[in-house]
Amino acid sequence: MTAADTKAAGPPPVPVPRGPEVTGPSSPVKDAPRAKRQRKKGELLPYFLILPAILAIAAVYVYPLAKTVIMSFQDMGRAALWGNGETPWVGFDQFTNILGDPEFWQVTGRTIVFMAVCVVLTMGIGLLISLMMLRLSTWARLILTVALIAAWSMPLMVAASVFRWLADSDYGLINTLLADLTGDEKWLGHNWFLDPWQGFGIITLLVVWGAIPFVVITMYAALTQVPKELEEAASLDGATAFGVFRYVTWPVIKPVFTMVATLSVIWDFNVFGQIWLLRGNKPEPEYETLGLYSFSKAFESTSFSQGSAIALITVLMLSGVAVYYLRQLIKTGEVE
Amino acid sequence: MSTSTAPNTPAQVLRPDRTRNRLGYNILALVTAALMAFPVYWLIISSLRPNHEIRSYDQTLWPSSLTFDNFARAVKQDNFGTAIQSSLIVSVTAVVGGMIIATLAALAIGRFRFFGRKALMMVMILVQMLPPTAMLIPIYLQLNAMGGIDEYWGLIVVYLVSTLPFATIMIRGFVINIPVELEESAMVDGCTRMGAFRRVIFPLLAPGLAAASIFALVNAWNEYLFAYILINDNSKYTLNVWLMTFTTERGTDYGALMAASTLISIPVVIFFMIIQGKMATGLTSGAVKG
Repeated sequence: MTAADTKAAGPPPVPVPRGPEVTGPSSPVKDAPRAKRQRKKGELLPYFLILPAILAIAAVYVYPLAKTVIMSFQDMGRAALWGNGETPWVGFDQFTNILGDPEFWQVTGRTIVFMAVCVVLTMGIGLLISLMMLRLSTWARLILTVALIAAWSMPLMVAASVFRWLADSDYGLINTLLADLTGDEKWLGHNWFLDPWQGFGIITLLVVWGAIPFVVITMYAALTQVPKELEEAASLDGATAFGVFRYVTWPVIKPVFTMVATLSVIWDFNVFGQIWLLRGNKPEPEYETLGLYSFSKAFESTSFSQGSAIALITVLMLSGVAVYYLRQLIKTGEVE
Repeated sequence: MSTSTAPNTPAQVLRPDRTRNRLGYNILALVTAALMAFPVYWLIISSLRPNHEIRSYDQTLWPSSLTFDNFARAVKQDNFGTAIQSSLIVSVTAVVGGMIIATLAALAIGRFRFFGRKALMMVMILVQMLPPTAMLIPIYLQLNAMGGIDEYWGLIVVYLVSTLPFATIMIRGFVINIPVELEESAMVDGCTRMGAFRRVIFPLLAPGLAAASIFALVNAWNEYLFAYILINDNSKYTLNVWLMTFTTERGTDYGALMAASTLISIPVVIFFMIIQGKMATGLTSGAVKG
């Protein structure tokens, strides 16, 4: 690998948060800069450098995960809190109980549908806004960026309080506006959370609103890496706006898009706070997704083993998505 | 190649079709911005609204008069001072600790090839996808057994480690974009490895570190689930858990809740805005041109 190869590697890759590097499609040798890494000096130094991180991750991630697995095969209840009594081993009992419970399947279905709706809305709206951002005057882009950052920076707890109030049955703005617009007084005092479909509508609004800034800013960073010359060349050659997007823009942003979409799947599958907070820390059973279901089994019914087993099943369900995400990362050279 | 990334090249001005289309997009952008920022507007305006307007069936977009009564009630709420203190102690300690550990790990991953490097990265990516409850139950039980419930250190450790994987991967992204040649030439010119790090790598890494710290700080400042479960002592509540005290059996004091929420959000928003410029440069330009 010569210095000339490194120089030829196109525009410097952009670090996008959690995303892969975006190199221009013109870059012939993608991995050139990485190959220059030192290989000989300091055989032990890297291990010293990663030691604290490994210890920390082992203590707060690996150990609890192992504990979750172990607890799933035991019957750990309230007594465990005071550290007395042996926790009996029960084999697969927890799993057979859970998997035989129709409520579990109902909760799973709800979680998947909710996740799918949130991901489609987030990614669709996010992509459209980021494409729009490319076509704006500087001042308009600045205003939009400020609005996005303001929304992004709002603590979830605070955002949930605002949405809870906007949807309040007595004093909420949504009801007032609906009553004004439709001229129908029945909206005043309308309880949005009585019907889980409407309730989840409000929750989806909060989730999508909260996720859009990250998606837009990441996608926009990727879009600015699309070489203008290529787009111009394509349109000079007679490509339509859609054609330019499909054959020039999309191939460049696709890795970032896939990455963000996969992350959204995982995040929206694990949505917890938005539902929990909008339902005043005590979600009704019809609002439970897998996370909340596991939480209420563990902390409300103090059956930590049931909660752990549900959490473990959730982890297994998500592992497919996680492996897909990892493969994407490896394909784009992120894990090199 | 540096011109290709600039958002406003003169070439665009020469093309009238673009400028004509722009008006429509600009209007659309303003509508989008208004929608995205509306909850923020509603938060601030509600905190300044007189209470009789808040408890009204006829909500108006603009208040009739502005008042600081809500803020007065929010500040007088029990444990406001201690909640600020708790939030500061927990999030700042966690972020500082997390950044040090993450930078070390990111340098190792980004600059060295060693056995287990890929595995470490994969673990870091995978652990971020674990559902919070899968961690919450065992961590709660473990801290309970170790006497870490109601203690800051329990929360600090959890926050520190939960920011670690993301921060490491993000900082690594910045590390590998700093050409090794820069470091090598500094060492050829007589710098030690530490010197090269301090004088060459660190300054170039600063935007990345800033961005990563902000993400970490915002995450720690906004976290409430672990705080809610791990801290039961009213006088040690973090700000987010303290916010829940505005909702009682008799209902929610939305005026005071919005005022308190505004107070909590201000530092986050300001920090985010300051760093935004740096983040944008970090995101859209490489450290070395040409």
